[in-house]
Amino acid sequence: MGKLDNTVLFQQLHLKFGDHVKKIDEPFGLLTIETVKDYIIDLLRFLKTDPQFQFIYLTDITAVHYPELERSIAVVYHLHSLVHNVRIRIKVFISGEQPEIPSATALWNGANWMERETYDFFGVQFIGHPDLRRILNVDDLPVFPMRKEYPLEDPNRVDKKDFFFGR
Amino acid sequence: MTDIKLAPAPPGVTGSGFFATTLDKAVGLARANSLWPLPFATSCCGIEFMATMGATYDLARFGAERPSFSPRQSDMLLVMGTIAKKMGPVLKQVYTQMAEPRWVIAVGACASSGGIFDTYSVLQGIDEIIPVDVYVPGCPPRPEAILDGVLRLQEIVRGESIRRRESPEYKALLESYGIHNG
Repeated sequence: MGKLDNTVLFQQLHLKFGDHVKKIDEPFGLLTIETVKDYIIDLLRFLKTDPQFQFIYLTDITAVHYPELERSIAVVYHLHSLVHNVRIRIKVFISGEQPEIPSATALWNGANWMERETYDFFGVQFIGHPDLRRILNVDDLPVFPMRKEYPLEDPNRVDKKDFFFGR
Repeated sequence: MTDIKLAPAPPGVTGSGFFATTLDKAVGLARANSLWPLPFATSCCGIEFMATMGATYDLARFGAERPSFSPRQSDMLLVMGTIAKKMGPVLKQVYTQMAEPRWVIAVGACASSGGIFDTYSVLQGIDEIIPVDVYVPGCPPRPEAILDGVLRLQEIVRGESIRRRESPEYKALLESYGIHNG
């Protein structure tokens, strides 16, 4: 079986989903496509179950915050076809004020903790997730710390100035 | 054969067949020279403490022969390493489980002030959740520095009044940390 070609793969996806799937990049041979949240589960299911592709392994779900964009949260899915040894990256841009997206737990049980982590750090609401609560941070943390409006350090703090360390 | 140096007797009145001193000083002498340590090690400072416990630096010379891994039988809590905010309640529970009198040493920059981890997930010094007696600087401190911290704690213990733990000031201190079993 020959290696699955990115061009063929994207053509097939375009045939199935039309303009709801856009190719945005291909760094280091990693096909990166964009879709919208209404189609993400269908797209993931197609990639997972289609005998031609068999992207059966969900490598990761995470998110990126782009404060300058209108839809400022990008949820990123990494899939791996163990049969073809080909990876694919799928991005979904959603609103930063009301970040909601369907949960992928219907397809992979492993998505459970990945989505909890993404919720924990970015506040993305995964609709249909069985138990969406924080996983790494303390339960009563008032913010989603990986969002860029959150300050990295406390700017008012004085007890760690160089002066106290003889510098 | 080396000369064995005994802990010096506290000041007192001595005569033929008797030695008189205050109860405070006698108790202080006993407590200071049998501090049972409870290591609470989370990172590299803990590795330095392992060297401190080992044969070369030999913490046991100072009466800390028995590292206690149960808080209920230990006197001296050594917190070594970065304490994440999620670890905070665990540390506080360990401290609460210790019987009075109890002392705390914050070993290293992270336990003392959060160190380089000035971030949302790290406790900025364990004195935000439990009272600390001695701070050992360093990132990580050398075993000599940890030993120095223990010796300074011994000085504090030697001079402590046996009534201190019943005093309203001490109770207010614990109350300010939200610890009610004092």
